[in-house]
Amino acid sequence: MKIVLVGQPNCGKSTIFNYVAGYKAITSNFPGKTVEYSISRMTFQGRIVDIVDLPGTYSLTSFDLAELEARKYLLREEIDVIINVIDASLLGRGLELTLQLLELDLPLVLCLNMIDEAESKGIIIDIANLSNLLGVPVVTTIAHKGWGLNDLFQAAFLVSQRPVKGNFFNFSKDVEQVLEQLKKELEEKNYIQEFNVTYRFLAIKLLENDQHFIDEIKKKDREFLKAIRNYQKQLEKCRERSSDEIISSERHHLSMQIYESVVKLSKPKKEIRNYLDNIFMHPVFGYISLVIILYLFFNFVFYVGSLLEEPLMEFFYQFLPLTEKILGSGSLSFNIISGVIQGLAGGMAIVLPFLFPFLLGLAFLEDTGYLPRVAYLMDTFLHRVGLHGKAIIPIMLGYGCTVPAVMATRILESERDRFITSVLTTMIPCSARITIIFGLVAFYLGPQAAMLVFLLNIIVVAIAGKILSNIMPEITPGMILEIPAYHVPSLKILLAKVWLRMKEFIVIAWPLLIMGSIVLSLLKHWHWEAIINQMLSPITILLGLPLAVGVTLIFGVLRKELSMIMLVQALGVSDVSTVMNATQIMTFTIFILFYIPCVATIAVLIKEIGSKRTLFTIIFTFFIAIILATITRFIY
Amino acid sequence: MIIDLADVKPGSKVKVVRIRGGLGIRQRLSCLGIHPGDLMLVQASGIMRGPVVVSIHGNKVALGRGVASKILVEVIL
Repeated sequence: MKIVLVGQPNCGKSTIFNYVAGYKAITSNFPGKTVEYSISRMTFQGRIVDIVDLPGTYSLTSFDLAELEARKYLLREEIDVIINVIDASLLGRGLELTLQLLELDLPLVLCLNMIDEAESKGIIIDIANLSNLLGVPVVTTIAHKGWGLNDLFQAAFLVSQRPVKGNFFNFSKDVEQVLEQLKKELEEKNYIQEFNVTYRFLAIKLLENDQHFIDEIKKKDREFLKAIRNYQKQLEKCRERSSDEIISSERHHLSMQIYESVVKLSKPKKEIRNYLDNIFMHPVFGYISLVIILYLFFNFVFYVGSLLEEPLMEFFYQFLPLTEKILGSGSLSFNIISGVIQGLAGGMAIVLPFLFPFLLGLAFLEDTGYLPRVAYLMDTFLHRVGLHGKAIIPIMLGYGCTVPAVMATRILESERDRFITSVLTTMIPCSARITIIFGLVAFYLGPQAAMLVFLLNIIVVAIAGKILSNIMPEITPGMILEIPAYHVPSLKILLAKVWLRMKEFIVIAWPLLIMGSIVLSLLKHWHWEAIINQMLSPITILLGLPLAVGVTLIFGVLRKELSMIMLVQALGVSDVSTVMNATQIMTFTIFILFYIPCVATIAVLIKEIGSKRTLFTIIFTFFIAIILATITRFIY
Repeated sequence: MIIDLADVKPGSKVKVVRIRGGLGIRQRLSCLGIHPGDLMLVQASGIMRGPVVVSIHGNKVALGRGVASKILVEVIL
């Protein structure tokens, strides 16, 4: 048996899924966050049930990749029941999707989630009346408390056994007439097999100028496309508006009619959270509180991170002398094992201690609903770089680890924005590179110099953004962002989310990190450094660095923080300042900061933006690094 | 008086008259409940030509300046 959860972004659909299905989906306050769908198997009353959590969809018209995918899934798969989740406090808007789902003519249960929110907003819904009007069961829930979920699945279960089909709602007479004519023509063409939808649904979508269906018709029958255009024109003539607007406003009116007949409005409760935005979105206090919150956030991350890093590091490195004793220091097997240990340590002791508090903090900011406010505050600045406010989230994540940062670009709607933001996040110093800035620049040249590096980095990222957005001019007019109400997050959901993201790091990046460490150990074992140094001499000579530095640059591609550790090893001294002067240290750091992303990042980039664009990113960042480092050599 | 949403002072109540621009933006706005004829409250406006925040059917939506300038509104209050 298959149950599919469908609903608009932020309706709490993923919370329901997480609650019943274990830790498999992300919930988020950002529209369209779950681009992939999640599936989970559970047993309910002795039957095996597959629960599918589709991406949030505002409507069933395809203009967004996630929405198109969700609709394709609904049309393609054998579905026993659709659970349509609605944020009860936004019933009027949610019903617009419900009306479209009813047109699909599949068994349906309506779930009014966050019913407590609706009541505190003063929206009292007559459930029986709503169920009667729509012809489907209606269940109220409060998902993050688990309240009502049992009833919900009970209802879905009943519907799957005795399928009830909901009611259709007719549009205005003139629209219905055109619709009826088109429907008849479609019936004659016998298109039902190919599209697997009801004729009514197909006719509406064609009148609505739905890109996907129009393209399909274009492929099959160019003549018929002309007929469709005629029907659209016929509609447009009656109302003097475009046909898609006519259908969407018809649907809007229907939803509002239903809304008005089932809702009684009373006085909304006064709550503190309704006044929070007077501060958090204020033109002055908003930015002050943003700085304070980010300061606390990063302090929390570094406090927890450094607390865990040292003991974990010690734990792993105690195995090194032990294996050395057993296997002999010069042996091949020792070098491989030590590579594995260092790779494990790198992930466990350097990345995870910072990644965990970072993701926890981020999930907290996300689930409280603060992140959309950050996007709002930052939009004007990012706009100057050719991006939108939402891009600030992956960029902020970049200060932790580039891998989850690149993954986070999925929250952006346009492919162009995802690409540009991905490139920019690779240039943001991740925790490994921050270690280098602190370990080399701050340690040898002083904290002001380190501040200078961070500042320079932001300026360079902004300029790079500007360059990229000039190469790829924007087509979309700008940000359209829902600002949801504040919520108190639930710890269970927070941890589920953090775990899911950590898993992505563990599965994708960590194996590569370990592989990289092994390669490094082998290089050392066979003494290939000299050859590599020779090969990289054009770069080191150009930048005025000691020849021995060459090999560390290769290490840096494998694991960024290794550049510094290896620098000490390659130069054969414990105090770098004895062989490199201030200019050289600065030049080296600037180069390391910008050049080629690490292998783990490259792997994620290929997955997210494709191999061609990844190659571009590598070349682009490499050139920036060369140019800036050369300049640094001569002016610092 | 019919003007761009981008030029409306925060605190004003407005009625949507027309949405300029293509299918994509019209559909996206319609999904968030913004249609011609609807009433909205302009709640805030970001500094330095930042986004405009409107409240519509009990929901808050931030619209970048580019989007806001495509929405023609009539100021009621």
